[in-house]
Amino acid sequence: MGNPCAVIGVGQTRYRTKRLDVSIAGLVREAALRALEDAGLTFADIDAVVMGKAPDLFEGVMMPEAYLADALGARGKPVMRVHTAGSVGGSTGIVAAGLINGGVHDRVLVVAWEKQSESNATWALTTHPPYNASLVVGAGGYFAPHIRAYIRRSGAPDHIGTLVAVKDRRNALKNPYAHLRIPGISREMVEATPMLWEPIRYLETCPSSDGACAMVLASESAARRAPRPPAWVHGAAMRSEPIFFAGRDTVNPRAGRDCAADLYRQAGITEPRDQLDCAEVYVPFSWYEPMWLENLGFCGEGAGWKLTEAGATALAGDIPWNPSGGVLSSNPIGASGLIRFAEAALQVRGLAGEHQIDGARLALGHAYGGGAQFFAMWIVGSAKP
Amino acid sequence: MPSDGAGDPVGQATQATQATKVDPADPVNSVGQVNHVLEFPGGYTRSVGPVIGRFLTELRDARLVGVRTAGGRVLVPPTEYDPADGAPVTGEYVEVGPAGTVETWSWVPRPRPGHPLTRPFAWALIRLDGADTALLHAVDLGEIDPGCAPPPTLTTGLRVRPKWRAERIGGIGDIECFRPDVTMITDPGRAEYRLRPGRALGRFLDGIAEGRFLGHRCHVCGKVYVPMKGMCPADGVPTTEEVEVADTGTITTYAVNNIPDPRAPEVPFVSAYILLDGADIAMVALVAGIPADQVRMGMRVKAVWRPREEWGPTMQNIRWFAPTGEPDVPFDAIRDYL
Repeated sequence: MGNPCAVIGVGQTRYRTKRLDVSIAGLVREAALRALEDAGLTFADIDAVVMGKAPDLFEGVMMPEAYLADALGARGKPVMRVHTAGSVGGSTGIVAAGLINGGVHDRVLVVAWEKQSESNATWALTTHPPYNASLVVGAGGYFAPHIRAYIRRSGAPDHIGTLVAVKDRRNALKNPYAHLRIPGISREMVEATPMLWEPIRYLETCPSSDGACAMVLASESAARRAPRPPAWVHGAAMRSEPIFFAGRDTVNPRAGRDCAADLYRQAGITEPRDQLDCAEVYVPFSWYEPMWLENLGFCGEGAGWKLTEAGATALAGDIPWNPSGGVLSSNPIGASGLIRFAEAALQVRGLAGEHQIDGARLALGHAYGGGAQFFAMWIVGSAKP
Repeated sequence: MPSDGAGDPVGQATQATQATKVDPADPVNSVGQVNHVLEFPGGYTRSVGPVIGRFLTELRDARLVGVRTAGGRVLVPPTEYDPADGAPVTGEYVEVGPAGTVETWSWVPRPRPGHPLTRPFAWALIRLDGADTALLHAVDLGEIDPGCAPPPTLTTGLRVRPKWRAERIGGIGDIECFRPDVTMITDPGRAEYRLRPGRALGRFLDGIAEGRFLGHRCHVCGKVYVPMKGMCPADGVPTTEEVEVADTGTITTYAVNNIPDPRAPEVPFVSAYILLDGADIAMVALVAGIPADQVRMGMRVKAVWRPREEWGPTMQNIRWFAPTGEPDVPFDAIRDYL
């Protein structure tokens, strides 16, 4: 992995359906300035800026990284943009960490954002080029058949998705930044909502959010001077695979399994459920919790839903998943992966507030994107590896 | 200030008498009744006095002023006395606004002929910045269809600014209306592409134009791709061996969509992965001819083609896939295609 890398600052905006009070530049600055404040730094201390967001069609701003450079204090500094669909927030964090690991920079500002209210993500994801009649409507339209395949393959009972939808929204009530905060959220409430893309119900779906997340990543010498505890990167990995090929396992994609294996090897993890204290995993549709429990090796194939049903992933469980409320509670798409990475860092820094897992020392941050074909993951710890 | 409550507090002076006209839509017009119009020729003339006169003079110059009371409050619109205690106001005029804050409002979904705007608007009490009292005026919230409810942006606390008339005469109507601050712009975007299907997809569509499904077999893994891409994504090699597969197949998995789409005839509609007989990869297509809740994994289906004379090199030739009525394929036979 090269030189050690640590998270020394985290900043988030409040996630909302519409942040009409700020421009795109204002939104990213809000997160960036909070991350700098957390790190006790100013823009002048930053060596480079790495930015991530979903495809340009989402807001219709071509190459927003160019226009946002000034807003992020990057005049005269390297700026780069990462593109990996919905996993981009995670990939952006990993690219930034690479600049520290490689000894290129000492302090890198990483920012990811989405202002979904300026357009319509389902429209942007359903562009229907001629020559095909794919009839996939939005992300839910793509993932619903694969969720159905998981349910059939694993024999999971119907209510598992509901349990995750309730659990993550309960967690969100403890997170002041979360978008969906539904007091009294219950299984009945979720089950009463309509099927959008059967088997996905309305409340088993992530919201559309405006928001941004930022982190300051630092070399060891810079981390030693940080005012608050750092989160050390113990491993980081990315993998991808084509969206269509014969024999592809769309329920348990190989790229995800390979990515996790590489990550665990770097971090010395052999039993993720036992060794990790909590995980922030990209679960935009509730059924993806049991699916990713299996893909990430927290249990054997077909057993993920049993962990969810037994409460293992709840705040009080042995391996809490998405204590922040996760993507199901806040989804500024391009930022969602970085929020997972940042929330993992907050946990091991002991700064997660009301949703802090007591004594968390090792946490997983995870993102996926495209047709479950791009994966980005990291493990952060309170101790230097 | 005009005091005709039913009328038009912000109309131009020449319009001030309209309130005395009978509204043609009023039921007073019913059979057997006669309209009787009283309209003072040219309109009443009113001396405005020094305080209101100063206010109106400043309005004509597109400025807003209030008068200060002995107690220090700034009255806008001004009066010659402090309404709290009847004492005379000071001679001090204070420039206020031009921006202000809506303190309360009343929505007018269907403006009447004497109203200052022809589209729905709000009467609002607006406290101009620097003033201690509120001014009644109209707030224009943009293009809104008659009869519609107020937009959610109309709230107490809304910040507004005056829209001045180009020709001002020294009346409250010199302000056409107030408008909210600019908080959003629309930014049209359009990209136009010229697309070609390319050699592999072009050949596939030529087949579709003849009612045939064509694919390629990879010479490394032996898998048949329909439609072909001219390469195998798993092996990374070009493919050339053409194979024809059936227009029948098996549903491996599917979604029941309750979100309307222009390409689907109705909601709910089923988008399914269909493994054509002879292919090794499923393609997504519409399934119809059966209620959505009766579609099953493993169900056998066949392409429903449009009339031959409508065929072209396009997937539009296939209306959808419909059940064949054959027995379902067992799950074990499709599980490796999920």
